[in-house]
Amino acid sequence: MTVSDEPGGGAGRLVLFLSLSLLVLAFAVAIATAIGDYNIGLDTVFLSVTNELGLTGAEVAPIEQSVVWNLRLSRALVAALAGAGLAICGAILQALLRNALAEPFVLGVSAGASTGAVCVIVLGIGAGSLSLSLGAFAGAFAAFALVALLSNGATSGPNHTILAGVAASQLFNALTSYIVTTSGNAQQARDVMFWLLGSFGGVRWPDFQLLLLVVCLSLTICILMARSLDAFTFGDEDAAALGVPVARIRLLLFAVTALMTATIVSMVGAIGFVGLVVPHAARYVVGPMHLRLMPACAVVGAVFMVIADIVSRVIATQQTVPIGVVTALVGVPFFAIILYRARPQA
Amino acid sequence: MNVVAQDLRWGVKRKTIVSDVSLTVAPGETLGLIGPNGSGKSSLLRLLAGLRRPLSGRVEINGRDISKVPRRALSQQVAFVQQNAATDTNVTVRDVVRLGRTPHRSALSGWSDADEAAVAAALDCVDMTGRRAQAWQTLSGGERQRVHIARALAQTPQVMFLDEPTNHLDIHHQIEILRMVRDLDLTSIVALHDLNLAAMFCDRIVVLDAGSVRACGIPDAVLTQDLLRKVFRVAADVSASPDAGRPHIRFRTE
Repeated sequence: MTVSDEPGGGAGRLVLFLSLSLLVLAFAVAIATAIGDYNIGLDTVFLSVTNELGLTGAEVAPIEQSVVWNLRLSRALVAALAGAGLAICGAILQALLRNALAEPFVLGVSAGASTGAVCVIVLGIGAGSLSLSLGAFAGAFAAFALVALLSNGATSGPNHTILAGVAASQLFNALTSYIVTTSGNAQQARDVMFWLLGSFGGVRWPDFQLLLLVVCLSLTICILMARSLDAFTFGDEDAAALGVPVARIRLLLFAVTALMTATIVSMVGAIGFVGLVVPHAARYVVGPMHLRLMPACAVVGAVFMVIADIVSRVIATQQTVPIGVVTALVGVPFFAIILYRARPQA
Repeated sequence: MNVVAQDLRWGVKRKTIVSDVSLTVAPGETLGLIGPNGSGKSSLLRLLAGLRRPLSGRVEINGRDISKVPRRALSQQVAFVQQNAATDTNVTVRDVVRLGRTPHRSALSGWSDADEAAVAAALDCVDMTGRRAQAWQTLSGGERQRVHIARALAQTPQVMFLDEPTNHLDIHHQIEILRMVRDLDLTSIVALHDLNLAAMFCDRIVVLDAGSVRACGIPDAVLTQDLLRKVFRVAADVSASPDAGRPHIRFRTE
């Protein structure tokens, strides 16, 4: 780890934390792969995966191996990456906008993506899943562009940018509702609703590969920019005085956030709360400096999302609760504990 | 390092805030920047530090036009202390001072002995060594200001700009900070409100009024009864203090 030479505050502790979290992540992914409408034993899960990777040639029922590999493992890994990505986005935005409430959805990205997707589902602009993703992607970028325009490229101060995001969210949510109520039928409205709250149903290996590329690239950029993000602690001007090329860094990191959020939302829908809660939780453990915070956010976000996905599939019998409902139900109490413990000591 | 400004002009929309300011600061000099509210002190300080681009004119630090020096290279030589910089982040005093090393570190470079030494010296300089592990949020206004100055010192700059560094400080720390700034082996340019402190600690004083330089010179030559009445709109007696060339100002209620 590049942080091993950082004094003051235990680099060893960070490494330990990351290792433990990765272990928990592996275990959570295994559980997520084992359970479902039809439960499969952990040993079968393990052998199916090693079989597919060409490491073993064990006897496994083809149907089970196929379910594990083609349906559940890809789903669990996409969930992990989506959680990691959203958490990283939240950490970036909270640092750049210096606002504890900042997260991708506050800036209207999810609303924009939803509008794009709804245009495809209801108005039938294009057809097929590819154009649904493209619609969501276009919508997400349209929202970012609008926010950038309203906030003068996010240079008009953090509050101004957040306000622009709130305005964009309202606009796109209103557009979505308008399209659904005027043009949609009941079935379409249900489809849209499910999608707005997020779902990992239907994700496959190509989704994983794309998301892996996007998340790894973004995480690498964030780690390289970690020192610059630290320099924003006391604001833009202060960052500039510390030698950070503020305009360039901000543009780059907003672009990373837009790309990552749009990719995730176009695959699995708008999953709230992860981008908000995970960075706060991670900061609580590894501190506010971004070289530590970014990897911690990635693993904690991944664990959180995989567990949320498991819960969404077992909480109600015979059906899957939208993932966004679970992230909020699991996340809020957890967040409340952090807020309570981190309250200023008067 | 010397700082030379030529015909600096800056403004927002149609309002001119700094107009045709030229000045020269000699290496090691402590220059005081005084003027009434809205006279353009803060803006001029930012232009000189390269944080804003002038509409016209240029600033040279050590003979190099700062608009042509990359931001990071500039920050290795020039530090800037804002007034009242705040954060909601839960950082320690040490974290804040460590930020001062930002321009000296590349993206992944480790924490060197030089970094550690600079941070330790900076903390020592502002008398905060014993409180380096304390949370920034729990500091008083004056302590925060001292930590910000320590952070600027950790940049190991050759030129330091300070925007009203004595705000929020009690008189002991006001004098302490300004004495420290004066005695540091670097060129410093300090915007100040307190005229007596400016007279006590600055080698030379620049008086700004409505964005223009009204007077410039040693305290004795600049701080006259006449100037205080015209620029600051106060009646005052100016008396020679025991320190040669450093006048003492006593304001009158008229």
